[in-house]
Amino acid sequence: MGLFTTLITFIPLVGAAIITFLPKEKITWIKWVSAAATGLTFLLTIIMLLLFNTSMPGIDKEGQFQFVVHNKWIEVFNIDYFMGVDGLSLPMILLTALLCFLCVFASWNIDRAQKGYFALFLLLETGMIGTFCALDFFLFYIFWELTLLPVYFLIGIWGGPRREYAAIKFFLYTLFGSLLMLLAILAFYFTNEPHTFNMLTIMQNSGTYTRTFQYWVYIALFIGFAIKVPIFPFHAWLPDAHVEAPTPISVILAGVLLKMGAYGLLRISYPMLPDATRYFAYGLAILGLINILYGAFNAMAQTDLKKLVAYSSISYMGYVLLGMSVFTEAGINGAVLQMFNHGTIIAMLFLIVGVIYDRAHHREISGFGGLGSQMPIYTGITSFAFFASIGLPGLSCFRSEAMVLIGAFPVYKYITVFAVSGVILTAGYFLWTLQRIFLGKLQDKYKTLPEISGMEIFTLAPLMVIILFIGVYPTPILNLMRTSLNYLIFNVVLP
Amino acid sequence: MVDINEILRDLTYFYPEIVLTVAVLFVLIADLIPNINKKLIIPLLSLAGLLLSMIFSFQLFEKLARLHEIFNVQERFLFSNMIIVDHLSVFFRVFFALSSAIIVLLSIPTFKRAGEYYALLLVATLGMYLMASSTHIIMIALSLEIVGIACYVLAGYRRSEHRSSEAALKYMLYGAVSTGIMLYGFSFLYGISGEVNIYKIRETLMLEPVDNLLLLVSVIFVLAGIGYKIAMVPFHFWCPDVFEGAPTPITTFFSVGPKVAGVALLIRFIFAGISVQVSETVEQWISIGDIDLSLVLAVLSAVTMTLGNTAALGQRNLKRLLAYSSIAHAGYILMGFTMFTGAGINAVLFYVIVYLFMNFGAFIVVDGVALRLKSENIDQYRGLASRAPYLCFALTVFLISLTGIPPTAGFIGKVLLFAAVIDNKLYWLAVIGAVNVVVSLYYYFRIVKAMYLEKSISADDSALAVPRMHIFLITFLLIPTIYFGLFWSHLLEWTTFSFNFMLSID
Repeated sequence: MGLFTTLITFIPLVGAAIITFLPKEKITWIKWVSAAATGLTFLLTIIMLLLFNTSMPGIDKEGQFQFVVHNKWIEVFNIDYFMGVDGLSLPMILLTALLCFLCVFASWNIDRAQKGYFALFLLLETGMIGTFCALDFFLFYIFWELTLLPVYFLIGIWGGPRREYAAIKFFLYTLFGSLLMLLAILAFYFTNEPHTFNMLTIMQNSGTYTRTFQYWVYIALFIGFAIKVPIFPFHAWLPDAHVEAPTPISVILAGVLLKMGAYGLLRISYPMLPDATRYFAYGLAILGLINILYGAFNAMAQTDLKKLVAYSSISYMGYVLLGMSVFTEAGINGAVLQMFNHGTIIAMLFLIVGVIYDRAHHREISGFGGLGSQMPIYTGITSFAFFASIGLPGLSCFRSEAMVLIGAFPVYKYITVFAVSGVILTAGYFLWTLQRIFLGKLQDKYKTLPEISGMEIFTLAPLMVIILFIGVYPTPILNLMRTSLNYLIFNVVLP
Repeated sequence: MVDINEILRDLTYFYPEIVLTVAVLFVLIADLIPNINKKLIIPLLSLAGLLLSMIFSFQLFEKLARLHEIFNVQERFLFSNMIIVDHLSVFFRVFFALSSAIIVLLSIPTFKRAGEYYALLLVATLGMYLMASSTHIIMIALSLEIVGIACYVLAGYRRSEHRSSEAALKYMLYGAVSTGIMLYGFSFLYGISGEVNIYKIRETLMLEPVDNLLLLVSVIFVLAGIGYKIAMVPFHFWCPDVFEGAPTPITTFFSVGPKVAGVALLIRFIFAGISVQVSETVEQWISIGDIDLSLVLAVLSAVTMTLGNTAALGQRNLKRLLAYSSIAHAGYILMGFTMFTGAGINAVLFYVIVYLFMNFGAFIVVDGVALRLKSENIDQYRGLASRAPYLCFALTVFLISLTGIPPTAGFIGKVLLFAAVIDNKLYWLAVIGAVNVVVSLYYYFRIVKAMYLEKSISADDSALAVPRMHIFLITFLLIPTIYFGLFWSHLLEWTTFSFNFMLSID
């Protein structure tokens, strides 16, 4: 069974290797190899989903993990090739595999240096899936860092006008964060006797760390993860990177890379440093609230549609943080569900922005108007995505936001009250945007704008199905994560 | 008093040096013979000398193992305690032979018929061998001078070029001053201990209490001389000018060979001269007397890496940029010394090997590009990826490794250094190191940015043809740079082995 984790992690890498050996003129081959590699990975994750036993929590016991592979790698330093899956990582792996598969098709129209693009894209997928599977700290760090280089090149070469600035800014920010994480990892390594990089052992020894150690290491790890999420005030790289990146990379950035930060907090900070986690919980809730409001207000002020979407994801991640910080069943499950939902919804939003940008070659919200009559199907899909983001009942985001707010209210009343106002702000800017783009009078120059194409619908339709399905019937996905998350909060974090 | 048979027996431990000396003579003689293909024969002779010397060095490992079996000693002192043969010095012999062999190969396309050039390179290598194995302070000074003088001449090898001569002069003036300061420091050490052998100096210092101030001053003076060799702040001023002015193959040589020889000498001086092991089983040393040498080294390390990295930010000439980067790397390497632990020195030894691969690699790409474009300016690298894809890919990997991002060997090197520092709870230094890595990313990736993200400034878009030798060497260095990033147990075992056998108090 451990073969599954290895396969889903390294099939994209094999695909990348095959692409490097293909001649660069064979563009169709390159694209189909990428589609095959990501498709096979996605298929395997579906099989894993079917084989997954939802009664095993995982988190800090190796026996409770599934699809475990545990081999020696560097014996001198006790570094293992140790991977496994539990209810926390499986939703993230599913999300990654799905979005990567769809993004290959969203990348179909990349017009230059396709060979490099798809090779780097597949390398990125290996890094992301590896991060979600790794249970050895050293391995985790390597996968974590492996995502940086492809993103740098993907933004820097295929991005928008300010791509060079955005790419290096992203790289500098995240490298700083990951180096602090590296120092924290080494601090864990030397504090444990015998020295170990095994994440589960580090969790089991969590009672032996002194308070000061916990606080300092928590802060170091937190900065690393906060830059990735991003949590205010570490968010400055995000608007640049998301706006300059090509559409499929924006999708991956917002859909998966941001989740790596929140996932890191849950997978690493929470079980390894329970005392510090409880100590800093209130601060995390406040940062969550700031994210919600700050992101929403910023989104409201944007004139560029892509920037609006970028800031909206800061706002969404605020709900994740709030849900994580309250240690209630509804809160934590809502938070992780929100991570998954945000991944699907934000992917839709960025793809939608990409559709209009490919046609009109600009993204100024005020530059459109009346597109509803010209592109009815597109308008319908966009409205669906916008309503999903607002949190319309019956669509997925409503479930998760409601769970977070219900979970948070008994714990932090005032924070929750203010957080609810974020929902109203979100509704405000999305509806206003909808009105400005699709209603009103159609400009003459857009009278020939073609309707959304079949390929574009193909990338959007699966996401719509998922959003609707979770909105109507969230039980299956909640069952998937509930055991692990409840175990994490009630058996590990809370004494 | 000196037994001739003893000397003859000592000579059997001296084969690597003897082979090199003979090779120097052969090269010089071959240069005088008319009507032979000097272009080929002279480099081949030098290469043969270096490889043979490397083989003999490996043989010394076996000899040492036999010594250990029979007499239960870890080392052998040669020529009345002038030279020591132990695992550490053999490790460095192999290292220097390898680095010089690469330089010989790299020089073939550039230096066509220059017997004295190869002879000087071999002399410098001999000097570095001796630097790694001298125990007598006069011998240390002599070996430093052998390396120094050979290097001054090499730096100024292009007599017609103004920059080259200037580089040589600067190198020599700084070298003379710092060696002078170091000898002054040694004279203090001799004064307070009455001994001339660093092992003996330690013994005496351990027995009787010494004046701490005097000891601190003399140690810092000695550090000045060694610091000059490894380009440690504040003895680094020569480095950018010399690196820029010297011909690129020689710069490549300077960036690793003499620097690592300085590291070898520093290990010997600190661990055999002025500190003692806490106990037989614990790999922890403490400096003699009541001086906080650890803090001195930590501060020097932090200042060196910070200055090197920040100064590199503004450089547009790649050789100058890499010169500042090599100053920064000296700072990283010093991190390993700060704790006086075996783990720290293992990290240093590991790092110098990795540094050889990645730094040589970067310089060789720069050399290859400069051979065609006649410039090392970063603007020349704009859009180069389309003209020289393999070269640019290789340079990117080397720069990633120099930054310290997985999965490259440079990352493992940095992890080991950080680990050594964190193990001893010197967190502030680790954080400064981490911030420095981020700073270095900016200037290393300016090169990557120019190559991949920017458009070429020249209309020429033909493929860049570099000598096949360069491609071979780049590939030869690229493989370990990636391999040791993934599987590094064996390399680490070797360095651990080399260091663990170094010290035993007799």
